[in-house]
Amino acid sequence: MSILVKDLTKTYGTQNAVERISFEVNDGEIVGFLGPNGAGKSTTMKIATCYLPPTSGVVEVGGFDVVKNPNEVKKMIGYLPEHNPLYLDMFVREYLNFIGKIHGIRGAKLGARIAEIISLCGLTKEQNKKIGNLSKGYRQRVGLAQALLHDPKVLILDEPTTGLDPNQIIEIRNLIKSTGKDKTVLFSSHIMQEVQALCDRVVVINNGKLVANDEIDALKFDDSKRLIIKAEFSEQPSEPGLLEIDGIIKVKDLGECVFRLEVENSVDVRPAIFKYATDHGLMLLGLQQEEASMETVFQELTKPDKKS
Amino acid sequence: MIQVFIKELNSFLNSLIAYIVISVFLAGIGLLMWVFPDTSVLDYGYADMETLFALGPYVFMFLIPAITMRMFAEENRAGTIELLLTKPITDWQIILGKYLSGWALVIFAVLPTVFYYWSLRQLGDPIGNIDTAAVIGSYIGLILLGGVFTSIGVLSSLLTTNQIVSFIVAVFLCFIFYSGFSSLASINDWGSGALLFEQFGILYHYNALSKGLIDTRDILYFASVITLMLLFTKLILGSRKW
Repeated sequence: MSILVKDLTKTYGTQNAVERISFEVNDGEIVGFLGPNGAGKSTTMKIATCYLPPTSGVVEVGGFDVVKNPNEVKKMIGYLPEHNPLYLDMFVREYLNFIGKIHGIRGAKLGARIAEIISLCGLTKEQNKKIGNLSKGYRQRVGLAQALLHDPKVLILDEPTTGLDPNQIIEIRNLIKSTGKDKTVLFSSHIMQEVQALCDRVVVINNGKLVANDEIDALKFDDSKRLIIKAEFSEQPSEPGLLEIDGIIKVKDLGECVFRLEVENSVDVRPAIFKYATDHGLMLLGLQQEEASMETVFQELTKPDKKS
Repeated sequence: MIQVFIKELNSFLNSLIAYIVISVFLAGIGLLMWVFPDTSVLDYGYADMETLFALGPYVFMFLIPAITMRMFAEENRAGTIELLLTKPITDWQIILGKYLSGWALVIFAVLPTVFYYWSLRQLGDPIGNIDTAAVIGSYIGLILLGGVFTSIGVLSSLLTTNQIVSFIVAVFLCFIFYSGFSSLASINDWGSGALLFEQFGILYHYNALSKGLIDTRDILYFASVITLMLLFTKLILGSRKW
Protein backbone atom coordinates (compact mmCIF):
# COMPACT_ATOMS: atom_id res chain seq x y z
CA MET A 1 0.00 0.00 0.00
CA SER A 2 1.10 3.55 -0.56
CA ILE A 3 0.41 5.29 2.72
CA LEU A 4 0.33 3.49 6.01
CA VAL A 5 -0.48 5.29 9.23
CA LYS A 6 -0.30 3.16 12.32
CA ASP A 7 -1.03 4.25 15.89
CA LEU A 8 0.07 7.76 15.03
CA THR A 9 0.17 10.19 17.94
CA LYS A 10 1.38 13.76 17.80
CA THR A 11 1.61 15.91 20.87
CA TYR A 12 2.23 19.64 20.95
CA GLY A 13 3.26 20.40 24.50
CA THR A 14 0.55 18.76 26.52
CA GLN A 15 -2.07 18.92 23.80
CA ASN A 16 -2.74 15.88 21.69
CA ALA A 17 -3.18 17.00 18.12
CA VAL A 18 -3.52 13.46 16.83
CA GLU A 19 -4.19 10.47 19.01
CA ARG A 20 -3.49 6.91 17.99
CA ILE A 21 -4.95 7.04 14.52
CA SER A 22 -4.43 4.24 12.03
CA PHE A 23 -5.46 4.03 8.43
CA GLU A 24 -3.99 3.14 5.10
CA VAL A 25 -4.30 4.31 1.56
CA ASN A 26 -3.87 1.71 -1.15
CA ASP A 27 -2.16 2.15 -4.49
CA GLY A 28 -4.20 4.16 -6.93
CA GLU A 29 -6.86 5.09 -4.43
CA ILE A 30 -8.24 8.59 -3.92
CA VAL A 31 -8.97 9.02 -0.26
CA GLY A 32 -10.65 12.01 1.32
CA PHE A 33 -9.40 13.09 4.69
CA LEU A 34 -12.18 14.77 6.57
CA GLY A 35 -12.69 16.53 9.81
CA PRO A 36 -13.63 19.89 11.25
CA ASN A 37 -11.01 22.62 11.52
CA GLY A 38 -8.39 21.76 14.10
CA ALA A 39 -9.15 18.06 14.02
CA GLY A 40 -5.57 17.14 13.18
CA LYS A 41 -5.77 16.73 9.41
CA SER A 42 -2.91 19.07 8.59
CA THR A 43 -0.78 17.67 11.38
CA THR A 44 -1.18 14.17 9.99
CA MET A 45 -0.27 15.37 6.51
CA LYS A 46 2.74 17.27 7.77
CA ILE A 47 3.95 14.11 9.41
CA ALA A 48 3.38 12.07 6.25
CA THR A 49 5.44 14.60 4.27
CA CYS A 50 8.33 14.54 6.76
CA TYR A 51 7.83 18.14 7.82
CA LEU A 52 7.05 17.16 11.41
CA PRO A 53 8.09 14.00 13.19
CA PRO A 54 5.49 11.80 14.89
CA THR A 55 5.53 11.67 18.68
CA SER A 56 4.85 7.96 18.44
CA GLY A 57 3.54 5.53 15.90
CA VAL A 58 4.58 4.73 12.38
CA VAL A 59 3.94 6.47 9.09
CA GLU A 60 5.15 4.86 5.90
CA VAL A 61 4.89 6.14 2.36
CA GLY A 62 5.52 3.61 -0.38
CA GLY A 63 7.14 1.32 2.16
CA PHE A 64 9.58 3.96 3.44
CA ASP A 65 9.40 5.19 7.02
CA VAL A 66 9.10 8.98 7.28
CA VAL A 67 11.55 9.13 10.17
CA LYS A 68 14.17 6.70 8.90
CA ASN A 69 14.07 7.42 5.16
CA PRO A 70 12.78 10.97 4.79
CA ASN A 71 14.56 11.59 1.50
CA GLU A 72 13.03 8.56 -0.20
CA VAL A 73 9.61 9.63 1.03
CA LYS A 74 10.10 13.21 -0.11
CA LYS A 75 11.08 12.03 -3.58
CA MET A 76 7.91 10.02 -3.87
CA ILE A 77 5.33 12.56 -2.79
CA GLY A 78 3.87 15.67 -4.32
CA TYR A 79 2.67 17.90 -1.53
CA LEU A 80 0.42 20.93 -1.59
CA PRO A 81 0.56 22.44 1.90
CA GLU A 82 -2.37 24.23 3.49
CA HIS A 83 -2.76 27.85 2.31
CA ASN A 84 -0.60 27.01 -0.70
CA PRO A 85 2.63 28.85 0.12
CA LEU A 86 4.41 30.22 -2.95
CA TYR A 87 7.31 32.50 -3.73
CA LEU A 88 5.31 35.48 -4.90
CA ASP A 89 8.28 37.27 -6.41
CA MET A 90 9.12 34.40 -8.75
CA PHE A 91 7.78 33.85 -12.24
CA VAL A 92 5.64 30.78 -12.90
CA ARG A 93 8.20 29.12 -15.15
CA GLU A 94 11.12 30.14 -12.97
CA TYR A 95 9.37 28.62 -9.97
CA LEU A 96 8.59 25.34 -11.71
CA ASN A 97 12.14 25.26 -12.98
CA PHE A 98 13.44 25.65 -9.43
CA ILE A 99 11.17 22.91 -8.08
CA GLY A 100 12.08 20.59 -10.97
CA LYS A 101 15.80 21.06 -10.37
CA ILE A 102 15.37 20.32 -6.68
CA HIS A 103 13.79 17.06 -7.74
CA GLY A 104 16.78 16.41 -9.91
CA ILE A 105 15.10 16.80 -13.30
CA ARG A 106 17.45 18.53 -15.71
CA GLY A 107 17.89 20.00 -19.14
CA ALA A 108 15.56 19.24 -22.02
CA LYS A 109 13.60 16.75 -19.95
CA LEU A 110 12.75 19.45 -17.44
CA GLY A 111 11.71 21.88 -20.17
CA ALA A 112 9.40 19.30 -21.71
CA ARG A 113 7.93 18.36 -18.37
CA ILE A 114 7.27 21.99 -17.43
CA ALA A 115 5.54 22.61 -20.75
CA GLU A 116 3.45 19.50 -20.20
CA ILE A 117 2.46 20.41 -16.67
CA ILE A 118 1.67 23.99 -17.62
CA SER A 119 -0.83 22.89 -20.22
CA LEU A 120 -2.19 20.17 -17.94
CA CYS A 121 -2.86 22.66 -15.16
CA GLY A 122 -4.32 25.24 -17.52
CA LEU A 123 -1.57 27.76 -16.90
CA THR A 124 -0.69 28.38 -20.54
CA LYS A 125 -1.96 31.95 -20.55
CA GLU A 126 -0.34 32.81 -17.25
CA GLN A 127 2.97 31.05 -17.67
CA ASN A 128 5.02 34.20 -18.12
CA LYS A 129 3.56 36.10 -15.21
CA LYS A 130 4.84 36.64 -11.73
CA ILE A 131 3.13 34.37 -9.22
CA GLY A 132 2.29 37.39 -7.09
CA ASN A 133 0.21 38.81 -9.94
CA LEU A 134 -1.95 35.72 -10.35
CA SER A 135 -5.46 35.34 -8.98
CA LYS A 136 -6.12 32.88 -6.23
CA GLY A 137 -7.39 30.17 -8.56
CA TYR A 138 -4.31 30.35 -10.72
CA ARG A 139 -2.03 30.36 -7.71
CA GLN A 140 -3.73 27.17 -6.63
CA ARG A 141 -2.96 25.71 -10.04
CA VAL A 142 0.66 26.70 -9.66
CA GLY A 143 0.66 24.96 -6.30
CA LEU A 144 -0.77 21.83 -7.90
CA ALA A 145 1.65 22.07 -10.82
CA GLN A 146 4.48 22.21 -8.33
CA ALA A 147 3.17 19.12 -6.55
CA LEU A 148 2.71 17.21 -9.82
CA LEU A 149 5.89 18.27 -11.56
CA HIS A 150 8.07 15.28 -10.76
CA ASP A 151 5.21 12.88 -11.51
CA PRO A 152 4.97 11.62 -7.93
CA LYS A 153 3.38 8.30 -7.08
CA VAL A 154 1.67 9.80 -4.06
CA LEU A 155 -0.14 13.13 -3.91
CA ILE A 156 -0.88 14.74 -0.57
CA LEU A 157 -3.10 17.79 -0.88
CA ASP A 158 -4.07 19.84 2.15
CA GLU A 159 -7.37 21.59 1.49
CA PRO A 160 -6.68 22.21 -2.19
CA THR A 161 -9.94 24.05 -2.84
CA THR A 162 -10.30 26.37 0.14
CA GLY A 163 -11.06 29.95 -0.71
CA LEU A 164 -11.84 29.35 -4.36
CA ASP A 165 -15.06 30.32 -6.10
CA PRO A 166 -17.45 27.53 -7.17
CA ASN A 167 -16.19 27.42 -10.75
CA GLN A 168 -12.60 27.25 -9.66
CA ILE A 169 -13.44 24.54 -7.17
CA ILE A 170 -14.87 22.43 -9.96
CA GLU A 171 -11.85 23.07 -12.17
CA ILE A 172 -9.38 22.14 -9.46
CA ARG A 173 -11.48 19.10 -8.61
CA ASN A 174 -11.42 17.92 -12.21
CA LEU A 175 -7.72 18.51 -12.30
CA ILE A 176 -7.23 16.34 -9.24
CA LYS A 177 -9.47 13.70 -10.70
CA SER A 178 -7.77 13.57 -14.07
CA THR A 179 -4.22 13.68 -12.77
CA GLY A 180 -4.95 11.38 -9.89
CA LYS A 181 -6.00 8.47 -12.07
CA ASP A 182 -2.77 6.56 -11.78
CA LYS A 183 -1.69 8.01 -8.48
CA THR A 184 -2.44 7.54 -4.85
CA VAL A 185 -4.13 10.66 -3.56
CA LEU A 186 -4.81 11.71 0.00
CA PHE A 187 -6.54 15.02 0.23
CA SER A 188 -8.11 16.85 3.09
CA SER A 189 -11.24 18.88 2.98
CA HIS A 190 -14.19 19.89 5.02
CA ILE A 191 -16.52 20.09 2.08
CA MET A 192 -18.64 16.98 1.81
CA GLN A 193 -19.74 17.26 -1.79
CA GLU A 194 -16.14 17.42 -2.83
CA VAL A 195 -15.32 14.22 -1.09
CA GLN A 196 -18.38 12.58 -2.57
CA ALA A 197 -17.41 13.72 -6.03
CA LEU A 198 -13.78 12.67 -5.86
CA CYS A 199 -13.09 9.91 -3.45
CA ASP A 200 -13.29 6.19 -3.29
CA ARG A 201 -13.00 6.22 0.44
CA VAL A 202 -13.09 8.66 3.35
CA VAL A 203 -11.17 8.83 6.56
CA VAL A 204 -12.84 11.05 9.13
CA ILE A 205 -11.08 12.35 12.21
CA ASN A 206 -12.37 14.51 15.00
CA ASN A 207 -10.38 15.95 17.90
CA GLY A 208 -7.39 13.95 16.80
CA LYS A 209 -9.23 10.65 16.84
CA LEU A 210 -10.31 8.46 13.98
CA VAL A 211 -14.10 8.30 13.79
CA ALA A 212 -14.68 6.66 10.44
CA ASN A 213 -12.70 4.93 7.75
CA ASP A 214 -15.05 3.66 5.10
CA GLU A 215 -16.00 3.42 1.48
CA ILE A 216 -18.09 6.39 0.46
CA ASP A 217 -20.91 4.05 -0.51
CA ALA A 218 -20.88 2.37 2.88
CA LEU A 219 -21.30 5.69 4.61
CA LYS A 220 -24.06 6.65 2.25
CA PHE A 221 -25.73 3.27 2.71
CA ASP A 222 -25.71 3.71 6.46
CA ASP A 223 -27.43 6.93 5.91
CA SER A 224 -30.02 5.65 3.49
CA LYS A 225 -31.18 2.94 5.86
CA ARG A 226 -32.81 5.72 7.75
CA LEU A 227 -34.81 8.65 6.56
CA ILE A 228 -35.34 11.97 8.23
CA ILE A 229 -38.87 13.29 8.08
CA LYS A 230 -40.03 16.60 9.37
CA ALA A 231 -43.66 16.62 10.47
CA GLU A 232 -45.63 19.67 11.50
CA PHE A 233 -48.81 19.31 13.50
CA SER A 234 -51.51 21.79 14.42
CA GLU A 235 -51.19 20.96 18.10
CA GLN A 236 -48.59 19.33 20.27
CA PRO A 237 -48.74 15.51 19.98
CA SER A 238 -47.17 13.27 22.62
CA GLU A 239 -43.68 12.05 21.86
CA PRO A 240 -44.19 8.49 23.18
CA GLY A 241 -47.29 8.28 21.04
CA LEU A 242 -45.27 9.10 17.96
CA LEU A 243 -42.65 6.54 18.89
CA GLU A 244 -45.28 3.84 18.95
CA ILE A 245 -45.83 4.17 15.24
CA ASP A 246 -44.22 1.24 13.49
CA GLY A 247 -40.98 2.23 11.79
CA ILE A 248 -40.19 5.38 13.75
CA ILE A 249 -36.88 5.07 15.55
CA LYS A 250 -36.26 8.46 17.02
CA VAL A 251 -38.32 11.55 17.68
CA LYS A 252 -36.97 15.00 18.28
CA ASP A 253 -39.08 17.98 19.25
CA LEU A 254 -37.98 20.98 17.23
CA GLY A 255 -40.52 23.29 18.89
CA GLU A 256 -43.72 24.89 17.61
CA CYS A 257 -45.22 21.46 16.97
CA VAL A 258 -42.55 20.52 14.49
CA PHE A 259 -40.95 17.12 14.95
CA ARG A 260 -37.91 15.56 13.42
CA LEU A 261 -38.57 11.88 12.92
CA GLU A 262 -35.95 9.32 12.15
CA VAL A 263 -37.60 6.44 10.38
CA GLU A 264 -36.61 3.17 8.84
CA ASN A 265 -36.24 3.43 5.14
CA SER A 266 -37.93 0.10 4.42
CA VAL A 267 -41.28 1.19 5.82
CA ASP A 268 -43.41 3.96 4.42
CA VAL A 269 -44.57 5.65 7.59
CA ARG A 270 -46.50 8.49 6.01
CA PRO A 271 -49.93 6.79 6.15
CA ALA A 272 -49.28 5.80 9.75
CA ILE A 273 -48.40 9.34 10.75
CA PHE A 274 -51.47 10.61 8.97
CA LYS A 275 -53.61 8.05 10.74
CA TYR A 276 -52.04 8.92 14.08
CA ALA A 277 -52.86 12.57 13.56
CA THR A 278 -56.53 11.95 12.71
CA ASP A 279 -56.91 9.43 15.56
CA HIS A 280 -55.69 12.03 18.06
CA GLY A 281 -57.67 14.88 16.58
CA LEU A 282 -54.58 16.64 15.26
CA MET A 283 -54.13 18.17 11.88
CA LEU A 284 -51.05 17.33 9.88
CA LEU A 285 -49.82 20.62 8.44
CA GLY A 286 -46.69 19.41 6.75
CA LEU A 287 -44.73 16.30 6.00
CA GLN A 288 -41.33 16.78 4.49
CA GLN A 289 -38.51 14.45 3.79
CA GLU A 290 -35.09 15.87 4.55
CA GLU A 291 -32.31 15.15 2.12
CA ALA A 292 -30.04 12.81 3.99
CA SER A 293 -26.60 13.71 2.80
CA MET A 294 -22.98 13.33 3.61
CA GLU A 295 -23.30 16.59 5.52
CA THR A 296 -25.47 14.93 8.14
CA VAL A 297 -23.13 11.98 8.33
CA PHE A 298 -20.29 14.40 8.87
CA GLN A 299 -22.20 16.27 11.53
CA GLU A 300 -23.14 13.04 13.23
CA LEU A 301 -19.58 11.79 13.24
CA THR A 302 -17.96 14.98 14.40
CA LYS A 303 -20.42 16.18 17.00
CA PRO A 304 -18.43 17.84 19.80
CA ASP A 305 -20.07 15.65 22.43
CA LYS A 306 -19.67 12.48 20.43
CA LYS A 307 -17.95 9.80 22.42
CA SER A 308 -15.62 7.76 20.35
CA MET B 1 22.39 23.31 -2.78
CA ILE B 2 23.18 24.92 -6.10
CA GLN B 3 19.44 25.28 -6.85
CA VAL B 4 18.78 27.15 -3.63
CA PHE B 5 21.90 29.25 -4.24
CA ILE B 6 20.73 30.23 -7.72
CA LYS B 7 17.19 30.89 -6.55
CA GLU B 8 18.36 33.19 -3.76
CA LEU B 9 20.74 35.02 -6.06
CA ASN B 10 17.95 35.47 -8.59
CA SER B 11 15.68 36.83 -5.93
CA PHE B 12 18.36 39.39 -4.98
CA LEU B 13 18.60 40.44 -8.60
CA ASN B 14 14.84 40.49 -9.19
CA SER B 15 14.00 42.42 -6.07
CA LEU B 16 16.61 45.13 -6.62
CA ILE B 17 18.25 44.21 -3.30
CA ALA B 18 21.46 43.32 -5.09
CA TYR B 19 21.70 46.60 -6.98
CA ILE B 20 20.89 48.66 -3.94
CA VAL B 21 23.36 46.84 -1.71
CA ILE B 22 26.17 47.09 -4.23
CA SER B 23 25.54 50.69 -5.15
CA VAL B 24 25.08 51.87 -1.56
CA PHE B 25 28.25 50.11 -0.53
CA LEU B 26 30.25 51.55 -3.41
CA ALA B 27 28.76 55.01 -3.08
CA GLY B 28 29.39 55.10 0.66
CA ILE B 29 32.91 53.76 0.49
CA GLY B 30 33.68 55.90 -2.57
CA LEU B 31 32.58 59.06 -0.79
CA LEU B 32 34.55 58.18 2.32
CA MET B 33 37.66 57.33 0.38
CA TRP B 34 37.82 60.05 -2.23
CA VAL B 35 35.51 62.91 -1.28
CA PHE B 36 34.95 63.47 2.44
CA PRO B 37 38.04 65.44 3.55
CA ASP B 38 38.29 63.77 6.97
CA THR B 39 38.83 60.33 5.53
CA SER B 40 39.91 61.06 1.96
CA VAL B 41 43.05 59.35 0.72
CA LEU B 42 43.81 62.38 -1.45
CA ASP B 43 44.06 64.67 1.58
CA TYR B 44 45.82 62.04 3.64
CA GLY B 45 48.78 61.97 1.34
CA TYR B 46 49.69 58.31 1.80
CA ALA B 47 48.87 55.68 -0.78
CA ASP B 48 47.08 53.20 1.41
CA MET B 49 43.56 51.81 1.60
CA GLU B 50 43.12 52.03 5.31
CA THR B 51 39.86 53.97 4.87
CA LEU B 52 38.21 51.13 2.98
CA PHE B 53 39.33 48.46 5.39
CA ALA B 54 38.64 50.42 8.56
CA LEU B 55 35.21 51.68 7.58
CA GLY B 56 34.10 48.81 5.35
CA PRO B 57 33.18 46.61 8.34
CA TYR B 58 30.89 49.30 9.70
CA VAL B 59 29.14 49.63 6.36
CA PHE B 60 28.83 45.83 6.24
CA MET B 61 27.42 45.82 9.75
CA PHE B 62 24.27 47.42 8.35
CA LEU B 63 24.25 46.18 4.79
CA ILE B 64 24.73 42.47 5.41
CA PRO B 65 21.90 42.13 7.93
CA ALA B 66 19.75 43.94 5.38
CA ILE B 67 20.63 41.28 2.79
CA THR B 68 20.08 38.33 5.09
CA MET B 69 17.13 39.49 7.15
CA ARG B 70 14.51 38.09 4.80
CA MET B 71 16.22 34.80 4.02
CA PHE B 72 14.48 32.58 6.57
CA ALA B 73 12.17 35.18 8.15
CA GLU B 74 10.24 35.54 4.91
CA GLU B 75 10.12 31.78 4.27
CA ASN B 76 8.76 31.26 7.75
CA ARG B 77 6.20 34.01 7.44
CA ALA B 78 4.91 32.94 4.04
CA GLY B 79 5.03 29.24 4.93
CA THR B 80 7.26 28.44 1.95
CA ILE B 81 9.71 26.87 4.36
CA GLU B 82 7.29 23.95 4.58
CA LEU B 83 7.46 23.61 0.82
CA LEU B 84 11.23 23.62 0.86
CA LEU B 85 11.59 21.23 3.76
CA THR B 86 9.27 18.67 2.18
CA LYS B 87 11.36 18.56 -0.99
CA PRO B 88 14.15 16.02 -1.37
CA ILE B 89 16.92 18.32 -0.18
CA THR B 90 18.61 18.36 3.19
CA ASP B 91 18.57 21.14 5.76
CA TRP B 92 22.26 21.72 5.09
CA GLN B 93 21.65 22.24 1.39
CA ILE B 94 19.06 24.89 2.17
CA ILE B 95 21.23 26.66 4.74
CA LEU B 96 24.40 26.56 2.65
CA GLY B 97 22.57 27.65 -0.49
CA LYS B 98 21.18 30.67 1.27
CA TYR B 99 24.38 31.44 3.13
CA LEU B 100 26.62 31.24 0.07
CA SER B 101 24.28 33.38 -2.01
CA GLY B 102 24.44 36.11 0.64
CA TRP B 103 28.20 35.85 0.84
CA ALA B 104 28.49 35.91 -2.94
CA LEU B 105 26.54 39.17 -3.02
CA VAL B 106 28.94 40.65 -0.45
CA ILE B 107 31.90 39.59 -2.55
CA PHE B 108 30.32 41.14 -5.66
CA ALA B 109 30.02 44.39 -3.71
CA VAL B 110 33.66 44.30 -2.65
CA LEU B 111 35.12 43.34 -6.03
CA PRO B 112 34.78 46.72 -7.76
CA THR B 113 36.90 48.33 -5.05
CA VAL B 114 39.90 46.57 -6.58
CA PHE B 115 39.73 49.51 -8.94
CA TYR B 116 40.65 51.75 -5.97
CA TYR B 117 43.79 49.73 -5.51
CA TRP B 118 44.72 50.29 -9.11
CA SER B 119 44.06 54.05 -8.78
CA LEU B 120 46.18 54.33 -5.66
CA ARG B 121 48.94 52.40 -7.34
CA GLN B 122 48.95 55.00 -10.09
CA LEU B 123 48.89 57.84 -7.58
CA GLY B 124 51.85 56.50 -5.63
CA ASP B 125 55.18 58.27 -5.92
CA PRO B 126 56.93 56.56 -7.54
CA ILE B 127 54.08 54.75 -9.29
CA GLY B 128 53.39 51.40 -7.61
CA ASN B 129 54.49 52.57 -4.18
CA ILE B 130 51.83 50.77 -2.16
CA ASP B 131 51.95 47.93 0.33
CA THR B 132 50.42 45.26 -1.88
CA ALA B 133 50.78 42.47 0.67
CA ALA B 134 48.82 44.45 3.24
CA VAL B 135 46.11 45.17 0.68
CA ILE B 136 45.79 41.49 -0.22
CA GLY B 137 45.68 40.50 3.45
CA SER B 138 43.08 43.15 4.14
CA TYR B 139 40.91 41.98 1.25
CA ILE B 140 41.03 38.44 2.56
CA GLY B 141 40.13 39.80 5.99
CA LEU B 142 37.26 41.89 4.65
CA ILE B 143 35.79 39.01 2.66
CA LEU B 144 36.06 36.63 5.61
CA LEU B 145 34.49 39.27 7.81
CA GLY B 146 31.68 39.50 5.29
CA GLY B 147 31.35 35.73 5.60
CA VAL B 148 31.05 35.93 9.37
CA PHE B 149 28.49 38.74 9.21
CA THR B 150 26.47 36.80 6.65
CA SER B 151 26.43 33.69 8.86
CA ILE B 152 25.29 35.83 11.80
CA GLY B 153 22.61 37.34 9.56
CA VAL B 154 21.34 33.94 8.38
CA LEU B 155 21.13 32.75 11.97
CA SER B 156 19.20 35.81 13.14
CA SER B 157 16.88 35.51 10.20
CA LEU B 158 15.86 32.06 11.37
CA LEU B 159 15.22 33.23 14.90
CA THR B 160 12.14 35.22 14.00
CA THR B 161 9.45 35.66 11.38
CA ASN B 162 9.81 39.42 11.64
CA GLN B 163 12.40 40.87 9.31
CA ILE B 164 12.97 44.01 11.36
CA VAL B 165 13.66 42.03 14.51
CA SER B 166 15.99 39.83 12.52
CA PHE B 167 17.81 42.89 11.17
CA ILE B 168 18.28 44.46 14.58
CA VAL B 169 19.46 41.24 16.20
CA ALA B 170 21.93 40.70 13.37
CA VAL B 171 23.33 44.25 13.56
CA PHE B 172 23.78 43.89 17.30
CA LEU B 173 25.50 40.51 17.06
CA CYS B 174 27.77 41.75 14.25
CA PHE B 175 28.73 44.72 16.38
CA ILE B 176 29.46 42.55 19.43
CA PHE B 177 31.56 40.17 17.39
CA TYR B 178 33.39 42.86 15.49
CA SER B 179 34.41 45.35 18.12
CA GLY B 180 32.39 44.46 21.19
CA PHE B 181 34.85 41.86 22.42
CA SER B 182 37.90 44.09 22.07
CA SER B 183 36.09 46.95 23.75
CA LEU B 184 35.15 44.64 26.59
CA ALA B 185 38.73 43.44 26.81
CA SER B 186 39.87 46.98 27.46
CA ILE B 187 38.00 47.07 30.76
CA ASN B 188 40.79 47.11 33.27
CA ASP B 189 39.65 44.13 35.29
CA TRP B 190 40.52 41.07 33.31
CA GLY B 191 44.22 40.91 33.95
CA SER B 192 45.81 38.28 31.78
CA GLY B 193 42.37 37.19 30.47
CA ALA B 194 42.09 40.39 28.46
CA LEU B 195 44.06 39.00 25.53
CA LEU B 196 41.89 35.91 25.42
CA PHE B 197 38.82 38.09 25.45
CA GLU B 198 40.20 40.21 22.66
CA GLN B 199 40.89 37.12 20.61
CA PHE B 200 37.23 36.22 20.72
CA GLY B 201 36.48 39.32 18.67
CA ILE B 202 36.83 39.72 14.93
CA LEU B 203 38.84 42.95 15.16
CA TYR B 204 41.93 41.27 16.58
CA HIS B 205 42.15 38.79 13.73
CA TYR B 206 41.07 41.29 11.13
CA ASN B 207 43.87 43.66 12.12
CA ALA B 208 46.36 40.83 12.07
CA LEU B 209 45.35 39.95 8.51
CA SER B 210 45.45 43.53 7.32
CA LYS B 211 49.14 43.75 8.18
CA GLY B 212 49.62 41.43 5.25
CA LEU B 213 50.45 38.46 7.41
CA ILE B 214 48.14 35.60 6.51
CA ASP B 215 48.22 33.45 9.61
CA THR B 216 46.31 30.17 9.59
CA ARG B 217 45.19 30.89 13.15
CA ASP B 218 43.29 33.95 11.94
CA ILE B 219 41.80 32.12 8.99
CA LEU B 220 40.83 29.32 11.34
CA TYR B 221 39.15 31.81 13.64
CA PHE B 222 36.94 33.12 10.84
CA ALA B 223 36.18 29.62 9.62
CA SER B 224 35.19 28.48 13.10
CA VAL B 225 32.87 31.42 13.74
CA ILE B 226 31.15 30.82 10.39
CA THR B 227 30.85 27.09 11.13
CA LEU B 228 29.53 27.76 14.60
CA MET B 229 26.86 30.15 13.34
CA LEU B 230 25.78 27.74 10.61
CA LEU B 231 25.67 24.89 13.11
CA PHE B 232 23.35 26.94 15.29
CA THR B 233 21.26 27.67 12.22
CA LYS B 234 21.03 23.97 11.44
CA LEU B 235 20.15 23.25 15.05
CA ILE B 236 17.31 25.75 15.04
CA LEU B 237 16.02 24.67 11.64
CA GLY B 238 16.07 21.09 12.90
CA SER B 239 14.31 22.03 16.13
CA ARG B 240 10.92 21.54 14.47
CA LYS B 241 11.66 17.85 14.86
CA TRP B 242 12.04 18.00 18.63
